[in-house]
Amino acid sequence: MPPESPPVAAPAPDASAPSAPLQPGLLELFLAFAKMSLAGFGGVLVWARRSIVEQHRWMTAEEFNETFALCHFLPGPNIVNLSVVFGSRFRGIAGGLAAFAGLVGPPMVIATILAALYARYGDIDVLRRTLAGVACAAVGLLFAVVLKMMMPLLKRRDVTGLVILAAVFVAIGLIRWPLQIVLLVAIPLSIATTVLARRMVKA
Amino acid sequence: MSSEPSPIAALVWTFGLMSLFAVGGANSAIPEMHRAAVDVHHWLTDKQFADVFAISQLSPGPNVLIVTLIGYSVAGVAGALAATVAMCGPTALLAYYVSRFLDRSRDARWPAIIQAALVPLSIGLMAASGLIVAQTSDQSWIAILITIVAAALAFATRINPLWMLLAGGLLGFAGVV
Repeated sequence: MPPESPPVAAPAPDASAPSAPLQPGLLELFLAFAKMSLAGFGGVLVWARRSIVEQHRWMTAEEFNETFALCHFLPGPNIVNLSVVFGSRFRGIAGGLAAFAGLVGPPMVIATILAALYARYGDIDVLRRTLAGVACAAVGLLFAVVLKMMMPLLKRRDVTGLVILAAVFVAIGLIRWPLQIVLLVAIPLSIATTVLARRMVKA
Repeated sequence: MSSEPSPIAALVWTFGLMSLFAVGGANSAIPEMHRAAVDVHHWLTDKQFADVFAISQLSPGPNVLIVTLIGYSVAGVAGALAATVAMCGPTALLAYYVSRFLDRSRDARWPAIIQAALVPLSIGLMAASGLIVAQTSDQSWIAILITIVAAALAFATRINPLWMLLAGGLLGFAGVV
């Protein structure tokens, strides 16, 4: 382990090593992702974190944050990316495919059936009303996940991280600046402060 | 469109290309999907697109399912499969190689720093998209209350969140929201 890494991103190198005690098999990966996907009304992230961090303990809260952040900033659907990255970390390409198939396969069947029903009957008003209620609860769940993902930052009193988090929230959520411009400023800034923070820890 | 050689090829090309520019997830690509499906290819009408969006939100699973449904309405089951694989495949491959590269260089300094630096940005972005979604979904006091209660329960207890979604759905069905 390099000398500059300890308190800031400590557990990652050890826990993701192949000797980790919890090693899901291919079927286990497929089933776990199928389950979180089928529960994931209004977004799978809520269930992915619950399953991976809280139930199976395949990753620590910090590892999950870092893996999700990476998938968030790569192009494409981020939970799909997460399934492939997560599965392949444990079982190579086959693991990535198993997790991906679990995530996308079963809900694809359900969505297609719903679409066929819609094409046949077309009346979607009751569905829409119900959906409005589900959406309200789903947003609440999303906020709860955001709070949970903030906990590692709060625990190690990462003030600069929290300030950057708040600034991105204000710029995108409240002022509605365009995403690209905000990221163009925020990514270099965040990298610079991370480097500085690690230097200060080292000193 | 009659000038297109095959609707499947058009689906694969459209979504494969789109996925590579969809930073921030499938939901951030919704405006671009609307442009491609309604304005450019005339696969769907405006109203059909809104309905497809509603169905994709209503079905469980990742938000990217809207692509499956667009594919289905263009070319049936084959279209559904082709569109989904085109939207997920290229970026999943990219994510696989990037993460493998980062894992291999775990002990190197820069990959670890960059990954750690992205965490607060990612959380801030999610909080922002939560707020933006809430502004459209929470139009009444009861709706806001449902959101707050769901957030508090999911954060502080170990109750299965499915119950909260179910309760929200029932209240919506009853016309309370």
